[in-house]
Amino acid sequence: MAEKEALDIVVLAGGISHERDISLRSGRRVADALQSFGHHVTVREPDGALLGYLSESRPDVVWPALHGSSGEDGALRALLELAGVPFVGSTTDAARLAWSKPAAKTVVSRAGVATPASVTLPKETFRELGANSVLATVLGAFDVPLVVKPAHGGSAQGVTIVTAAEELPRAMVDAYTYADVALIERKVAGVEVSVAVLDTGDGPIALPPVEIEPIEGTYTFDARYNAGETRFYVPARLDESTTEAVSGAATAAHSALGLRHLSRVDLIVDAAGIPWFLEANVLPGLTETSIMPQAIAASGRDLGDVYATLAAAAIADAGE
Amino acid sequence: MNDTRNGRFVTEQGSPRQQGNNLDPWYHHYAQRTSGLAASEVRALFAVASRPEVVSLAGGMPYVAALPDDLVVGAMDRVMREQGPVALQYGSGQGVPALREQILEVMALEGISGSADDVIVTTGSQHALELFSKLFIDPGDVVLAEGPSYVTAMVIFRSYQAEVDHIPMDEHGLIPEALREHIARLKAAGRRVKFLYTVPTFHNPAGVTLSWERRLEILEIARQNDILVLEDNPYGLLYFGEKPPAAMRSVERDGVVYLGTFSKTLAPGFRVGWALAPHAIREKLILANEAAVLSPSSFSQLVISEYLRDADWRGQIDTFRGVYRERKEAMIAALEEYLPELSWTNPNGGFYVWLTLPSHLDSKAMLPRAVTELVAYTPGTAFYGDGSGAQNIRLSFCYPTPESIKVGVRRLANVINGEQDLLDTFAGTGPLTASRASRTSPNPPTDLR
Repeated sequence: MAEKEALDIVVLAGGISHERDISLRSGRRVADALQSFGHHVTVREPDGALLGYLSESRPDVVWPALHGSSGEDGALRALLELAGVPFVGSTTDAARLAWSKPAAKTVVSRAGVATPASVTLPKETFRELGANSVLATVLGAFDVPLVVKPAHGGSAQGVTIVTAAEELPRAMVDAYTYADVALIERKVAGVEVSVAVLDTGDGPIALPPVEIEPIEGTYTFDARYNAGETRFYVPARLDESTTEAVSGAATAAHSALGLRHLSRVDLIVDAAGIPWFLEANVLPGLTETSIMPQAIAASGRDLGDVYATLAAAAIADAGE
Repeated sequence: MNDTRNGRFVTEQGSPRQQGNNLDPWYHHYAQRTSGLAASEVRALFAVASRPEVVSLAGGMPYVAALPDDLVVGAMDRVMREQGPVALQYGSGQGVPALREQILEVMALEGISGSADDVIVTTGSQHALELFSKLFIDPGDVVLAEGPSYVTAMVIFRSYQAEVDHIPMDEHGLIPEALREHIARLKAAGRRVKFLYTVPTFHNPAGVTLSWERRLEILEIARQNDILVLEDNPYGLLYFGEKPPAAMRSVERDGVVYLGTFSKTLAPGFRVGWALAPHAIREKLILANEAAVLSPSSFSQLVISEYLRDADWRGQIDTFRGVYRERKEAMIAALEEYLPELSWTNPNGGFYVWLTLPSHLDSKAMLPRAVTELVAYTPGTAFYGDGSGAQNIRLSFCYPTPESIKVGVRRLANVINGEQDLLDTFAGTGPLTASRASRTSPNPPTDLR
């Protein structure tokens, strides 16, 4: 860093999504890491004053640490693109694609990565066709256990693992309290892993896969954000060829979705060692208990260095 | 590759890093009583309440903007000019004597007489609750409380490993017959009941007030059963019409510990409350207070003392009454307009309306929908220790303006109607009772209690 110029960086955190609290935590961590690396950092909320502020202050780069709808659905990124402000992370179109879990599954599947069988249902479908018949059709095609989740969003909000058919209706209701579209997915038995991907211009690099072992069995919101409630193995306890397959699946998903700079790809590795793609996150959690910072540390990199490198990549991309 | 736990591809273990990392090396060292202190999905959802776009009907924050700045600034200025070194120094563990005398004047408004020697100033009445619990609760004890009850009192009781037994209420407050039944049942089961915790006036969260007749009856039941009463009265002076009945402490000195606060009648930022306790309990409370904080804030106490000496504090309380009355009326009018099919309490004072939903709706489960609609409320489950309250919502009218309250209730109606519509869609498909139980309490953050 000594020879590099200090950048004016605006870290965006907060917003009004369901994941506001997580975003505030991520934003503080990112800001601390960048400041420790010598950059001038301002943390801002995405609010009515933001665009005017950016227009006036013209920071070198915006570092969005926004989770959920305000940060990951592509909308804010589109405005940053229109305003000509360099920003870290995926472009609008890619973010919008990854934001939709069903669409992302389709794209990644076409790229040759396995993804669990699923069906995507807007809540209107149940009203139109009758909930009983829709549920019966779903249960006729899929055996439990199933995973029911909102079609977008993170932090396991609105997610239910359905272990008995009679649990499915309530699981649908819970998913629809977060989003109007829900994904019902076959639950693949195996090891839960997450792969952080860095991509600063020379192609995506998979960091060491992180194996997730929640002490109560399920990686719920509580297990994610209460230190001590999940045991992480970094790198994951996988043999070399499986690690390679997992890393390959993650970078393939990242590339297929057109993501840039950073992402986190969540997978299940089944008993045969096959990685199954679940979802990709364009702005992975960066809190004290999040996976990406652990993967960065395990790769021997410094958090501040990585976040600053991403900022520099964003500036370089904007100049192209 | 000898571990087949998760499949044949799992590598041998043994290297230090293969032990895994739970990100908290002290995880297994915490005391058992801390098990409920954890992040939760519901608590995280409350984070949006601080955004200006969101109408928060969740917060119990007093509307301190109704307090003229110059009243406080003047008091602070005089304290620093005249008593600066004292204000900035440690003080007595019992509290500033002059303030304790003035607290007697405040309590006299609610029929209470006592000695300044029996007043202990604490860091908000919340801290008095903590100290009292430390003195009286052993693991496994039973604390009686209204159902529902003040959320943070229950957090404290549970942290001392007490079981909270909720006594039902009706529109006149805690039901004496139910109290008798619960005590008899608990005694028959060999349980040790330590005290009754009650907010008899403008109850948080239910908004109801215990009638005078019931106050006397409940005190008699407590006497007969050797049960101490912990009377928490933050809202008693904030009445909208007729004065509420006198405090329970006004008729019972030995069997009641009374908690008061300046948080609602002045400002919570000072963090000054008090306990009025019988002599022996008072002595232990002072020692416990000293052990916990050495002394409550000298600066805050002296500023409040100066304010009480110099300002028209009774007139200021009357101003607060007017503000809150207007907001309560706005909330009731909005409920009548947007949610006429529901029922709610209509308090004569305090901060809260308790809304009852149709029985199949779950106020906690539909909270994410409220975030989407930009309105915040507190689910009823926060006010019970036993998972009850799903059918209720606490609505606060103290902080938002009357106009915002109307907008907030309109949005709440969208939330409720949307959830109702969804449940109607899935009606008859199977059990729809919310199942997403969490071991953590859905406590709102501090500024929303």
